[in-house]
Amino acid sequence: MLFSYFIKRVLSVIPTILGVTVVVFVILRLIPGDPVIIMLGGFATWEEIEAARKLLGLDQPIYIQYLLYLGRLLKGDWGYSLETGVPGGEPVLPLVIRRFTATLQLAVLSIILASAIGIVLGILSATHRGRVDKIFRTISLLGFSIPIFWVGIIFIIVFSLHLRLLPSMGIGGPEHLVLPTLTLTTYLFGMISRVTRAASLDVIHQDFILTAQAKGLKKSRILVNHILRNSLIPIVTVITLQFGSLIGGAVVTETVFSYPGLGLLIVQGLFRRDYPLVQGGILFVAIVMTLSVLVSDILYAYLDPRVRYAKHE
Amino acid sequence: MKILPYSNKLVRELKDQSSRFVGFVKESSRRDKSIVFALLILFLLIFCAISADFVAPRPYWDQDLPKKLLPPSLEYPLGTDPLGRDILSRIIYGARILLYSVSRVLLISTCIGLIMGLLSGYYGGIVDLLSMRVVDLLLCFPHMILAFGMLAVLGVGLENAIIAASIYYIGPFARLTRGQVLSTKELLYIDNARVIGCSGMRIIFRHIVPNIVSPLIVQVTFNAAGAILLIGALGFIGLGAQPPTPDWGTMMYEARGYMNISIYPLVFPGLAIFAAASSFNILGETLRDYWDIRERTL
Repeated sequence: MLFSYFIKRVLSVIPTILGVTVVVFVILRLIPGDPVIIMLGGFATWEEIEAARKLLGLDQPIYIQYLLYLGRLLKGDWGYSLETGVPGGEPVLPLVIRRFTATLQLAVLSIILASAIGIVLGILSATHRGRVDKIFRTISLLGFSIPIFWVGIIFIIVFSLHLRLLPSMGIGGPEHLVLPTLTLTTYLFGMISRVTRAASLDVIHQDFILTAQAKGLKKSRILVNHILRNSLIPIVTVITLQFGSLIGGAVVTETVFSYPGLGLLIVQGLFRRDYPLVQGGILFVAIVMTLSVLVSDILYAYLDPRVRYAKHE
Repeated sequence: MKILPYSNKLVRELKDQSSRFVGFVKESSRRDKSIVFALLILFLLIFCAISADFVAPRPYWDQDLPKKLLPPSLEYPLGTDPLGRDILSRIIYGARILLYSVSRVLLISTCIGLIMGLLSGYYGGIVDLLSMRVVDLLLCFPHMILAFGMLAVLGVGLENAIIAASIYYIGPFARLTRGQVLSTKELLYIDNARVIGCSGMRIIFRHIVPNIVSPLIVQVTFNAAGAILLIGALGFIGLGAQPPTPDWGTMMYEARGYMNISIYPLVFPGLAIFAAASSFNILGETLRDYWDIRERTL
């Protein structure tokens, strides 16, 4: 049962990814300037330009060009970055993947930290209505109202400039990860704590909690085994969903800390008008985002049997 | 003096609305004081934007290079930036840029999103399928990344940042509107309206929209906060408003290299963005509690 749902859901990703490639292709076509002239420089003759155009398939109608582009993507040829010190340009896909692993490190660390903080805050707010709830709700609200670039800068001012404890930029040992991770955590925990609170409140008022209390179970046991377990589904879903938008947040964090991740790569590509790189980076992020939505859906079905059975009735 | 009948009606309407507003503030502030701060900040923002020319101590473009990067003092309450300009004045003028860009983003995204959501929710079929596919595609891109794609095509600048942000917020808003329409459409009074022969447009605008307007307003308020942060981030990266525009994010972009000399040109504009965004979020949150809309996770 789960398996057929799984297959169906995986297949449904294909049109979405095709759509994404269309959008990215259109973006490239809309960018002002002739790519061939940019590639060959100002000294090319008309014959050379025509020849290069033919070679790249740019003399074909637009839908053929799209199909050619799609074919190149599938073969792993995502174009060449214009200037990264390699003659003839560095292939985009390996570059993007290499930088993405740096971003991934940051993302995974901050998701773990933010989930820990967010779930604790959320559960406490749900179980201690009143003063505690009010304070924690305000904290999480401020958490997602705060500009992350500002948080990053405050962290640098406090921990690097004044206390001289942590490096403010670059990559290297684990100490380089601390400030960017904390910054991204600020971006995330508010959302997670909010969802946890809402989900636990839904559970708390149900009859089986009353039963558990009447049976005389310990409070901690009710909290973990009854409340947390049952409110885990929306929490897990939101955390996986946040993964994609986390990369959006990582862009800003990486800019603040000059952390060489995918986000910084795209930003630098934009400034240098390195469009093959920008295009490849955007496509990669969009695919990651689509896949994280897929994972979130599958996890949801896995955790909540009602979903997968409902879809088959 | 003869008062025209409609002006009397207008006065009554205004009185009515303002007493409703006072009621809202009184009731919500009893539960949570933060709404008072949020409204104060929002009024301050509007006040600064309207009367920046009279409130700001000096012109925002006035440079005084020997007095650059000063800490706060009586002469410069929030210090000076790398070009010796008064930070306080620039923040006050920046309120204009902020309100301008946020209202543009909200106007564009809300109008398009509302129409898409209403039509696809009410009529369904091919309209629904097409527009929801478009929305799905839009939501495949994180907001910063979508903005980057747009800016690569359009070029950097405040206007283009506004367009990029607007396009992002169309998606979630259209989806929310569609969901609300779908759940309202099934109600009995809509069937009744159809039976007595109301046209589709009349049903949508006279019968459906008034009933779904409160969750939409809440969403618009949250979008305002999001748009402030997005445009601020684009400005901070250097892709939004370009110097010497006194945009808060752009001010931080200009001061980034001088952090070890003076932190004030970075701290205060960021604080202003924080204050503005959290005010909109608090307002949205309070409105949601006041209208008792169930918490949604978008």
